[in-house]
Amino acid sequence: MSTITGESQPSTAGIRLSGLVKTFRGPDGPIRAVRGIDVEIAPGETVALLGPNGAGKSTTIDMLLGLLAPDEGSVSVFGRPPSEAVANGDVGGMLQTGELIRDLSVGELVAMMASLYPSPLRVEDALELSGVREIASQRTQKLSGGQTQRVRLAIALVSDPQLLVLDEPTVALDVEARQSFWTTMRAFAARGKTVVFATHYLEEADAYADRAVLMAHGVVVADGPPTEIRARVGTRTIRATLPSVDASELLGLPGISSAERRGEAVALRCTDSDVAIRALLSAYPDARDIEISAAGLEEAFLALTGDRDEGAAPRGADATSRGGED
Amino acid sequence: MPLLYTRYELLRTLRNRRFFLLSLGFPLVLYFVIVSPNRHVRNFDGSGVSFALYYMVGLATFGTMSAMLSCGARIAAERAVGWNRQLRITPLTPRAYFRVKVLTGYMMALISLLALYAAGASLGVSLPAGEWLKMTALILVGLIPFAALGIMLGHVLTPDSIGPAMGGGISLLALLGGVWFPLPSHGFLHDLAQYIPSYWLARASHVALGGAVWSTTGWVVMAAWTLVLGALAARAYRRDTGRI
Repeated sequence: MSTITGESQPSTAGIRLSGLVKTFRGPDGPIRAVRGIDVEIAPGETVALLGPNGAGKSTTIDMLLGLLAPDEGSVSVFGRPPSEAVANGDVGGMLQTGELIRDLSVGELVAMMASLYPSPLRVEDALELSGVREIASQRTQKLSGGQTQRVRLAIALVSDPQLLVLDEPTVALDVEARQSFWTTMRAFAARGKTVVFATHYLEEADAYADRAVLMAHGVVVADGPPTEIRARVGTRTIRATLPSVDASELLGLPGISSAERRGEAVALRCTDSDVAIRALLSAYPDARDIEISAAGLEEAFLALTGDRDEGAAPRGADATSRGGED
Repeated sequence: MPLLYTRYELLRTLRNRRFFLLSLGFPLVLYFVIVSPNRHVRNFDGSGVSFALYYMVGLATFGTMSAMLSCGARIAAERAVGWNRQLRITPLTPRAYFRVKVLTGYMMALISLLALYAAGASLGVSLPAGEWLKMTALILVGLIPFAALGIMLGHVLTPDSIGPAMGGGISLLALLGGVWFPLPSHGFLHDLAQYIPSYWLARASHVALGGAVWSTTGWVVMAAWTLVLGALAARAYRRDTGRI
């Protein structure tokens, strides 16, 4: 049940990132965190910025929010520069790193933040929506990590923003908390709000976004419906011990796109691992130690971009992100 | 200025117990320890001011400086947890942000000041009402550069480094400003003190001697510090948008 009040008015202009470039000075020379990004987001869309750590997601989000000025290119949020959209109260955000300030109760803190906006939600509604009503009277320094994230969501939601930006919001959450977090976010998005979130979980992009923008090495490598992206990066690999068979022979099996011999073992990259494993076992019943694994995002992105010429992957400011369980 | 926001910021500051121990308790205890045995000294070390009044204002200088600069320590702590970035994606303007920070600093300074006035009065400091007011006004004006200094340090230093930096800075400013003992009436220390804001703060005690407590030099020096530190604070704030 949504308890949000007030009507959203999606303006015709959405969000436009054009030709964004951002380079940081690093200890080993310049770090090209974002190297030319063009993305347009229509009002009401929920878009995932998907990519491994260091892809430039957080840097892009910082520029989207006006926290960082791009070296080149421009950002437009509902037809204005980000700073104006922020000043107008159109933007709510949950940044990647962040705890809460101390010595206030949860309710007081949310009320404090709500007071900065022209037309906020009722504080009780934001607390309810984020599932922190029960802890409204607790001091912020006494919360668990999961509770803190939910209070941060309440702060982002209480402004009743047209654009909600979430930078890896679920990294610190367990599975259950993650689920209820996204339920809240979906309810909010369903009111015609624009949502942009960064994640390195393919599953999150798949389940909760209308569209996924795949980033790697500071550029967009794919942009489309999550199902399409999943098909492109969701390749699986079969590994098995199978000594006396030639790799080229295995390539003849259905569902396999490449085969590689590594000593006694073979590694088969699959276009359809279900078909491939059946074919493999019926043709070579002596195959053993079989292992089917999904490619990690990082690996999949490298395959997708074929981009190893830059040497080590650029460590953008993204490198500070806390790792998930993958 | 956003009222509700300001109210919660003040409330939050008042709930911080460490402040009351350090910025408020320490100068008070020190005051009683130093002054109690010497409370009847009418003209302290040739300053023309009674011992009790001299140290009341001296320790008020120390306490209010600490209160103002502790505003910076809070900023550093907020930055470290990413709160400053969170504030920057709200409609809170930098101007309002600074105002609230300065106001918070002044509230704490005022509490410290009133506590020392009470302590002074209990040890025999007595002044006409007009002089209490004049002295208070001078101290409040004299704190402006310290407000800017606190905000600047808060946006430049980390929570780990700001403690020692402030502790050392306040001690030095107190020493050179004549908080602990009257400065010589001429010579290097005297000349140096003319350029130090804490000297002019501590001189507010001279209100009991009548005449102009701050010379033109005093006003100019304070204005210059305010301008320079204010500009540096604004610059530090502007540059401080990154993740830490």
